[in-house]
This record gives sequence, structure tokens and C-alpha cells, in this order.
Amino acid sequence: MNAPAYNFAYLDEQTKRMIRRAILKAIAIPGYQVPFASREMPMPYGWGTGGVQVTAAILGPEDVLKVIDQGSDDTTNAISIRKFFAKTAGVATTTATDEATVIQTRHRIPETALHENQVLVYQVPIPEPLRFLEPRETETRRMHALAEYGLMHVKLYEDIARFGHIATAYAYPVKVNARYVMDPSPTPKFDNPKMDNCAALQLFGAGREKRIYAIPPYTKVVSLDFEDHPFEPYRFNAPCALCGAENSYLDEIVTDDKGGRMFVCSDTDYCEGRQAAGHHGSLSAAPYKEKAGSHG
Amino acid sequence: MTTIAELPPGFADRVLSAQSTFRSVMDAMARPGSVQRIVPTAGALHTMMRGTAAIALTLFDHDTPLWLDARMAENSDVMKWLKFHTGAPVVQDTSIASFALISDGAALPPLECFALGTNEYPDRSTTLILQVDSLGSGRSVELRGPGIDGSTTLQASIKPFDLFERLRFNEALFPRGLDVVLVADDAVVAIPRTTRVANKES
Repeated sequence: MNAPAYNFAYLDEQTKRMIRRAILKAIAIPGYQVPFASREMPMPYGWGTGGVQVTAAILGPEDVLKVIDQGSDDTTNAISIRKFFAKTAGVATTTATDEATVIQTRHRIPETALHENQVLVYQVPIPEPLRFLEPRETETRRMHALAEYGLMHVKLYEDIARFGHIATAYAYPVKVNARYVMDPSPTPKFDNPKMDNCAALQLFGAGREKRIYAIPPYTKVVSLDFEDHPFEPYRFNAPCALCGAENSYLDEIVTDDKGGRMFVCSDTDYCEGRQAAGHHGSLSAAPYKEKAGSHG
Repeated sequence: MTTIAELPPGFADRVLSAQSTFRSVMDAMARPGSVQRIVPTAGALHTMMRGTAAIALTLFDHDTPLWLDARMAENSDVMKWLKFHTGAPVVQDTSIASFALISDGAALPPLECFALGTNEYPDRSTTLILQVDSLGSGRSVELRGPGIDGSTTLQASIKPFDLFERLRFNEALFPRGLDVVLVADDAVVAIPRTTRVANKES
């Protein structure tokens, strides 16, 4: 028997049709969470089952897939999802943002600007931005229906009252097309401005919570704020230690137990691209050192 | 009387053809006014264009009640073909239809008759699939809205000629509303409920 063990891209055709219909309605109503009959996937909830189902429903044999986890192409989650689709759909994979047609992401938007022939698929843990303020689904649904988002502004105000500034650093709420307040998934708020007027289609899948939502290309996405406390993206005030980038989102890496630390780009493809183009940071390894075998 | 065996076939490769068709429709919905092509072909039926047939095979199943306009419904081959290939129930009540297939735009019922969703569940609305004469020539309409970089011009010959005037009710209804997919042979253009007419020339 030569029959393939799985349908193309793992999901059966009826499931794909159901997800595809949900995606079309999600695009037609930007920022609105469309319920869908999420399936069990061969990976645990919290590992991107929603994003994987969206990717499986849109992926074709000509697509080039990139998967990132916190900006990195090389972490367990990213590698296992990339291998999953290489195996079940036989698609080409890449780590280069430019070359990808479908990018599945956990909690980052690539630094390289996206273009029109790309789809960005987000893995979402809690799609409902109001959930921690109001636990009842019936109530949050009513609040979205009435565009009643005062509670969210109260939450941001309480941040200011307590800390002197809006302390929400990730999953920072946005308003899409001047109507729905939406959770951008736990991306750092540094990434929020990239969602606004983006050339690529953005799709969001939440597997456990069974919701799909979308931002069409060139759609207005505004981070909630106040006139006297405007939205400000946050990044560590340092250049990348490997490529010297001054404008990328940085990870803090603890290097010893004496308070030593380094800051490096969270987007590994962006950082490697800059290093290949000759940019250096304060901790870049000089090539001749390696040849000499000197260490430490 | 056509038997099942004599009905035109569905997709030759139902998995990859459905994927390719869906991507065309998704791109159309994400970029309203842009003309996308549907490449895979299924057997064509007299009143149903090949683009419509491909969309039917891609999106319809037992979960999607269909409403057919009179010209589509009077062709028993279309009914048989849809039933055999998709299994979708054909309903008489427009207000419970997931999809409505319109081949005679001049006889398009008032748009308020279709499911428009609720404020809580605006996604529970009919997607109108309207066959038109041409996407690429005819009157031009300037469109704005999410998915469009500034504005875009759609040239199309559409019946009913006042379709965009009728669709203006989407503006007041939002987030409820009607999403429209225009099909001309293998070309497809989507007009989701967020799309607005900027200004119209004749």
C-alpha cells in the first residue's frame, strides 16, 4: 500500500471547509472573533493548535512556510510545527521572512516589513481581550455587540493610577477598523504599530478557545490609549549585542550569576541577515578568533 | 432526465483544487475589488458558471443551507449536481441560507430578505454569490475600505445595475451585513460588508 497516511496538510476536507468559511467571515468583519469547531490536533493546547488549523486550511503545495516562536526560527515549537507541515503537506520551508508566503507566528511580528503576497498566522491563547475583566462569555459578547469598551479603558487607567504609566507590555489591546477591540495575541506592544495598515493579511487562530479572527490588509489598527498618556512602544534601551541594531525588539539574556546580561534581537532571521550584511555588535565573535581556537 | 452518472464531474483533484479555489476567494475577500482567477475547473453546468461551481465544491457541505434563485432552481441538473457533489440542503427560506446562488441578477430579491447576522453573531449571515456578465469591463466603481490601499477601481457589468446602492445598507447595519462574491466565468471579486463606494462614474 502506497496510500499517504494523512490527508494533505493533515486536516480532513470537511474540517478545512468549516475553517475556510470561518476565515472568510473573519476577514469580512475585521477584529470580530468567529466561533469555529476547533479540532484536536496532534499537539497540546498552548502549542499553537489554533494557528496550525488556520495554516492547514490555507496552505497549498506552492506555499513557502516560515514558523517563528518569539521571533526565533530555531525553538522547539517553531521547529516542530515546521516539520509537521513539511511532513503532512510537503511544503517548502524557510527561515527568511522575505521568501515566505505563509508565516505562522507565536507572539512576534517579523522586523522585516511584510508584503502583499504574504499571510501572517498568529497562534492565540486567549482571544477575548475582555476576558480577564469579565469572565462571562455572554457578557463579553454583548459588550462587543454594543461596542461597549469602557471597561478596557478603566483597566488601562488603573495602570496609570498605580504605576504612573500604562504598564501593559504585551497583548496590548487594539481597535480594528474603528469598531472591534481585539487582542493582538501576546505580542510585545513594540509590535502593535506593525499591524496598522499592514500589506499582508493577518489571521488569528485560537484552538482551545475555538475562535478565528482577522485583520485584512491596509486596515486601521489603533492601540488604545489616552490623550495625556499616548501609546508608546517599548524596547530595551540598548543596541543588539550581535548585530548592533538600534530599532529591533530585544531579548534579555542572562549570561552569568553576577548580573551579566546581553541584549540580542528577538527576530533571529533579521539579526542573521544584518550580521551577514556586515553589521556587528559589541559581542560579535570575530571570525579569526575562532580559527585561532582561543576561547574565553 | 439526467442520471447521476451523466452529471458533470466535480474537481479532478478535490483536495488541491479546493485549496487553490479557496485561496483565490480568500485573496478576493481580503482585497475587495481585486479580480482573482479560479484556476481549477469542474464540469460546467448551463446556468452555473465554472467559477461558481468551483466555489460550491470548495465551501458547501451539509452544514450550509443554500438558496437558489428561480433561474438556478428551475434547472434540475443544477439541483442534482449540487446535491450529489456537496450534500448541501437547498432551502426556500432566504433568511436561513448560508449561501445564495444568483444567476439572474435582475430578479435579485430585496437584500433584507437574506440572513444579516445578529449584533452578537454577525458572522451568521448569508454570503451572496452573484453571477455577473463581466469583471474587467463595464461601468467603473471606486471602492474604499479595509483591504484596499487608499482606493481601487472595479470595472464590471453587474445586474442589478444598482447593486452598490443596495449594498449601502451595510453601512448602517455594521457589524451585521451581507457579503457578496461576484463571479464572471473564472474571475471572482468579493465585496465584503466593510467595502464602501467612494464615488461613481457612469
